[in-house]
Amino acid sequence: MRLYWELFWTFAKMGACTFGGGYAMLPILQREVVEKKGWATDEELTDYYAIGQCTPGVIAVNTATFIGCKYKGWLGGVAATLGVVFPSIIIISVIATFLTNFADIPVVQHALAGVNACVVALIASSVIKLGKSTVKDALTAVIFLVVLVLAFFVGLSPALLILAAGVVGYAAKQIFHYSGGKKGEGN
Amino acid sequence: MVLLRLFFEFAKTGLFAVGGGLATIPFLQDLGARTGWFTNSELTTMIAVSESTPGPMGVNMATYVGFKIAGVHHIPGVIGAAVATLGLIFPSIVIILIIAGFLQKFRQSKAVEAVFYGLRPASTALIASAGLTVAAAVLVTVGGEAVHTLAIHWPALILAAAVFIAMRYTPLKKLHPIVFIGVSALLGAVLRF
Repeated sequence: MRLYWELFWTFAKMGACTFGGGYAMLPILQREVVEKKGWATDEELTDYYAIGQCTPGVIAVNTATFIGCKYKGWLGGVAATLGVVFPSIIIISVIATFLTNFADIPVVQHALAGVNACVVALIASSVIKLGKSTVKDALTAVIFLVVLVLAFFVGLSPALLILAAGVVGYAAKQIFHYSGGKKGEGN
Repeated sequence: MVLLRLFFEFAKTGLFAVGGGLATIPFLQDLGARTGWFTNSELTTMIAVSESTPGPMGVNMATYVGFKIAGVHHIPGVIGAAVATLGLIFPSIVIILIIAGFLQKFRQSKAVEAVFYGLRPASTALIASAGLTVAAAVLVTVGGEAVHTLAIHWPALILAAAVFIAMRYTPLKKLHPIVFIGVSALLGAVLRF
């Protein structure tokens, strides 16, 4: 029971600290879940984000379900998920009751502009950390660059790009026995 | 029973909105149009509030809409908020639990490992792309007075650079990310970003 509570509480804290979408939660997930609790690795986190992009639902919620489930089975998944949405229910209810013009308050807008600038730096730092474990050789570097260009400049659908990259990885490893130029990898 | 309807409508949104919180917006527009529970301009307010409060945006949207709709039907708002949110997350919990079970079973398989080998750099690139989108919105304004001008928001750019350097190359990197977020909010409010 204590472990479910720990999952709920850890994810509730993360839900309360996230501004924006699931990407803004990534730096906090890395700190709390990977570095502090050891519930998942950087690589697993990228896996969850990849799957979260192709499956229905909010990415932050899907990632919480994954981590909870990996750590404590399906009940753990439910506990982590309820945790991540709990602060939203409280905070939004309070704001909707008392501050319907919340988003128009100048000080809120200024503070948010500051937060958003900070989030840019946090995401950049997270990408560098993740890249160290996911971009390992020439092929993964090419996949990274091609997907970045197609997503940012062309605006292709993330789900499509993820699926295509999975197919490329499968073909390279299983069909062409690509080894990335490092011994011990591939077959 | 409006609560059942609320749960069902948001379960549908959760099931069909693939991607981040922004993917829920077209579904909510449709919901408002069909039910008359809220107008498009109310939805715009809800999006603004969802973006400016803590929590994943998609969840905040569901919470806010649920709160408002419950109010319309004289039910305590927080109950509507909880029901809509549970509806939104219900399909994805079920789907993710199934996929997680599958993953644990086939994790060691060479085929699955090969798929993830290609998938991981793509996932990292998508996160980088999302970061670039935020950066483009926050750090520069394209257009403006003449069409091809590019206005840089210097305070935001300097703050982003300072946070990046601090959390990667100085002893401050031991600090929790929320400290950087808090300090940035304060700076933004005080310096009127």
